[in-house]
Amino acid sequence: MSAANYTTTEVMTIAASRLLKNGAVCFVGIGLPSTAANLARLTHAPDIVLIYESGPIGAKPEVLPLSIGDGDLAERADTVVSTPEIFRYWLQGGRVDVGFLGAAQIDKFANINTTVIGDYKKPTTRLPGAGGAPEIASCAKEVVLVLKQSARAFVKKLDFLTSVGHLDGGDSRKKLGLPGNGPVAVVTDLCIMKPDDASKELTVVQLHPGVAREQVQKATAWEIKFAADIKETPAPTETELRVLRDLLHRSAVAHGQAPAA
Amino acid sequence: MAEIISLQSAIRAHIHDGDTVALEGFTHLIPFAAGHEVIRQRLKDLTLIRMTPDVIYDQLIGAGCAKKLIFSWGGNPGVGSLHRLRDAVEKDWPQPLEIQEHGHGDLSNAYVAGAANLPFAVLRAYAGSELPKHNKNIRFIECPFTGESLAAVPAIRPDVTVIHAQKADRKRNVLLWGILGVQKEAVLAAKRAIVTVEEIVDDLNAPPNACVLPSWTLAAVCHVPGGAKPSYAHGYYDRDNRFYQAWDDISRDREVFSSWIKKHILETEDFAAFQKVLNESAKEQLV
Repeated sequence: MSAANYTTTEVMTIAASRLLKNGAVCFVGIGLPSTAANLARLTHAPDIVLIYESGPIGAKPEVLPLSIGDGDLAERADTVVSTPEIFRYWLQGGRVDVGFLGAAQIDKFANINTTVIGDYKKPTTRLPGAGGAPEIASCAKEVVLVLKQSARAFVKKLDFLTSVGHLDGGDSRKKLGLPGNGPVAVVTDLCIMKPDDASKELTVVQLHPGVAREQVQKATAWEIKFAADIKETPAPTETELRVLRDLLHRSAVAHGQAPAA
Repeated sequence: MAEIISLQSAIRAHIHDGDTVALEGFTHLIPFAAGHEVIRQRLKDLTLIRMTPDVIYDQLIGAGCAKKLIFSWGGNPGVGSLHRLRDAVEKDWPQPLEIQEHGHGDLSNAYVAGAANLPFAVLRAYAGSELPKHNKNIRFIECPFTGESLAAVPAIRPDVTVIHAQKADRKRNVLLWGILGVQKEAVLAAKRAIVTVEEIVDDLNAPPNACVLPSWTLAAVCHVPGGAKPSYAHGYYDRDNRFYQAWDDISRDREVFSSWIKKHILETEDFAAFQKVLNESAKEQLV
């Protein structure tokens, strides 16, 4: 299949979904993470357990939720618990393998900002805020981040550090004593980055089909590192594309954003 | 013991200027009708608490009811920003809004502590985050048993909590189900609680372990069918996603917002009248 047959957003979503293993317990944020997690469930990971912070555990939504608490999430879940219980017993209790998050800004140690752009007291843009991200970033065994890559998002210094990744790199996260291991991958519309084993600095390990290194550098405000054995992301398969497009289409129809076919 | 009274009377009797008020709901069962009545009665200087302030909080903030917001995620779910919240924080319109922000795990724990009559909640979070720098109510304590450093936040004890639920029985016991969010804890943490319900029935027929709030934990029960619209009530009606999208345009501009609030809320008598006017507005836009 040639590059013209799919979009960069589709490659990003599919690449992110492939990182989720069958049977993993996954704490899912709304938007791209939720799309990728459900794509995984509908393709290679039918036994993945999706947890949404509103309370559904083992959610199997027919369509992608528009909000984090859509009724469809509760209707098809293994169980629905209260929000305090989700955070206390399930997340903090150590039962979540992967926290799957987005962000407005990220730095080279995968710390993220979802709070403000500009000064905290007089922000130029007030963002929605932390949500469950600080707790997910602290307690999930691993964190995967999904966001589109641009120099405005991949910044030298965050305007605000909402949720910790690898802090200042090296063993600085470890010293904080948090239960989780922090980010293991960042998936963008251009590439996949992973923290270096020792320095914890994000390093490009995989370029999506047709993407040049210069594009990645241009969309990153710091001097980005590339792994010595950099790989190309395998192109989306026909099955992955079909399932993703079906899912997005029936979700748009269900939410009144597209006419029924 | 809760009385069954009109929403208008319940708000008048139990919410006063300057109160700390939580209108809770995690995208489900959001007490929109009650929020409108707060605006209609032109209550002022409220400290509003909510894990996920969305469109009803945008309306309350834009209408000038709030002086402070305690929250963990403020947005229009599935759509984007809350423009009235942003205008208040970024440009002090219609008045400055003090904000105190937390994470979801933190705020839900703080309600649990409030319900449990504890002074604070503990959790594993915030090491490395900048939130504690800007919120003096997030601090760190040492565990007296293990010596571990843990985050601590003060309990939430609202003057008034308002929630919407599916059913009440004639004895004013209340049943809710589906996505419950933090509503039970918010009710039990509050000094007074008001519940609006879809219907009043002879018998709740609640199975053991169902989420039932006994009458004696509540100050007032109000029969307000559709009172969570445009959010949803599991088993009764779906979320009106079109309204959430329309709100993005209505709320973007101060004048458009103000005239919407005037026409739909301040100049309507109650939630039933509001819905009539809203339906007419929706029809006009289709023409």
